[in-house]
Amino acid sequence: MEEEKPWVLISQVGGDFGYLEELADILTQHFQIVSHQDLLDNPAVHGPRIQVLFIWKYFPAAEPALLRLLPSLKVVASGGAGTDHLDLPFISGQGVKVANTPGVVSDGTADLAMGLLLASARKILEGHHIAIDPKTVHMPQSLMGVEVTGSTLGIIGMGDIGHKIAQRSCGFQMKILYHNRTRRSVEDEQAVKASYCERLDDLLRRSDFVMIVVRLTSATAGLIGRRQLSLMKPTATLVNISRG
Amino acid sequence: MFAVGNETKQRSGDTREVQVIFTLSRERVQLHTRPVTYQHRPVRHEQPTNALADWITQQVMAEEKPWALFSEVGEQGYLEEVTDIMKQHFHIVCHRDFSQNPQLYSEKIQAMFVWNAQPAAEPSLLTSLPSLKVVANGGVGIDHLDVPYISGLGVKVTNTPGVVSDATADMAMALLLASARRVVEGHQLAVDPKTTHLPLCLMGFEVTGATLGIIGMGDIGHKIARRSKGFDMKILYHNRNRRSVEEERAVGASYCQNMDDLLKESDFVTLAVNLTPETTGLISHRELSLMKPTATLVNISRGLVVDQDALVKALQCGTIRAAALDVTHPEPLPRDHPLLTLPNVLITPHVGTNTYATTRRMVEKMVESALAAVKGQPVPNEVRPK
Repeated sequence: MEEEKPWVLISQVGGDFGYLEELADILTQHFQIVSHQDLLDNPAVHGPRIQVLFIWKYFPAAEPALLRLLPSLKVVASGGAGTDHLDLPFISGQGVKVANTPGVVSDGTADLAMGLLLASARKILEGHHIAIDPKTVHMPQSLMGVEVTGSTLGIIGMGDIGHKIAQRSCGFQMKILYHNRTRRSVEDEQAVKASYCERLDDLLRRSDFVMIVVRLTSATAGLIGRRQLSLMKPTATLVNISRG
Repeated sequence: MFAVGNETKQRSGDTREVQVIFTLSRERVQLHTRPVTYQHRPVRHEQPTNALADWITQQVMAEEKPWALFSEVGEQGYLEEVTDIMKQHFHIVCHRDFSQNPQLYSEKIQAMFVWNAQPAAEPSLLTSLPSLKVVANGGVGIDHLDVPYISGLGVKVTNTPGVVSDATADMAMALLLASARRVVEGHQLAVDPKTTHLPLCLMGFEVTGATLGIIGMGDIGHKIARRSKGFDMKILYHNRNRRSVEEERAVGASYCQNMDDLLKESDFVTLAVNLTPETTGLISHRELSLMKPTATLVNISRGLVVDQDALVKALQCGTIRAAALDVTHPEPLPRDHPLLTLPNVLITPHVGTNTYATTRRMVEKMVESALAAVKGQPVPNEVRPK
């Protein structure tokens, strides 16, 4: 059976920038693994065998130079929902399929979005630093945050992740506005009590927290620039969990 | 009765002098004017508006405001802006000024505002305030006040429940998420001058769908449950008394009669009890050992609810995964305390209610209670001795 398992190219197992050992076990159930370094050391031996390229946090990069070494490649499977790091037309043009992992990332990402919003609003970082600072002798009274409960959250990009963020914010009785290329259904809106803002500017003006949850495309690159920031309240916070 | 010179413009453009007369009474100031007649110059004038009368009424009534003792502005005391709320209804004296000149103030003080347990409501202070009617505490916890003793002096005690709940529940969620998703470590890595590559091994704990055990399901505990529901968390709770079916259903919470069951099944254990003799040291070696090794303890109640030495040991040995604490004992911890250097501990300096909006609401409630007590009216948020 070992001989019949297809070969997959990955970055590396272990180390600071590779797969966790326990995740590599999932791969070895179905594949034989070649690390990127091993491929570069011996491309003639490994290259022709590889049918699958797994990309994790952008590595290995699916660039022409790499793909040229992989004549048998059938699919590029990228971990994560975002595909902005992949030249989709080019890869498809090579006869290679591309796969990503939407859905399964949504809860974790929405949780982190809320974690960032709350940590910023309630000054968790500063608080922790003061609490553990060797020089702290008194409790600080001036460390004041902003109220999250009842504030207005503006979600830019109401896909799966955006909708889950709205769901989490409901519990905090936040007023939820959203802007999306297309309006969501009435049921989707009512499920999370979100109000559609046809104009992004309206959302920016009214929100206490602006949450960016879009994919990176030519249409969204630089979506939030100087003008957009100047429309926001001086008391507002920008939270970005999409792409830099 | 006194008169103040004033000027009134006449239609012709000339100004003439009028005499403004105030009649003082307890309720308000009556204001009217009569013209001052100069030889050969008839005078017409208009009655002034009530704005002036209102202002003068205010100044006069200000003299009658009761006196209140408070800790201090700035430092460990109040923000400057919230003292305005107190000043609307009270003459206020800070503890330092009072201590330097007690004879001047002691007879006058009818209310004492306590914030962060300051000024300390000790017998030596209280017995020096013969006119004291009320000790109004900022915050809902009153474990630092000897309520039976203070009541025995004929002095009412009040706190500020309700207004603190949202901000404290928000804080509980902030701590839970920041700990679970390692926000502090992540930030430190992200801003570290030595970071050149994104670290891939910074792994956290899944919050969505995890089990949250809430110990203490009062107003704050219930609000924590409400927030957790949005994360599809499974919610268990333990309370002295079971909540109603509607309250449980509203947040999808299941009652654990036996606290041990909650400890065994929870991924996150959040403490939201008040500090009493029954809850002191509620979480000690035994309770921590019942928890999952992957579990996180979140404390937004009081430091003494947890046996801190037991907690240190549990964190060092991996008995539990992590702790996130807004409260410790004492506050702040001594600078050589092991909790300060453990990598799996997140500590914030008791900032559960630290937002401008909530702080203002707390002071408003304190003032409301104190004013009612001073006027002999029914006192909102009174804490009675058991």
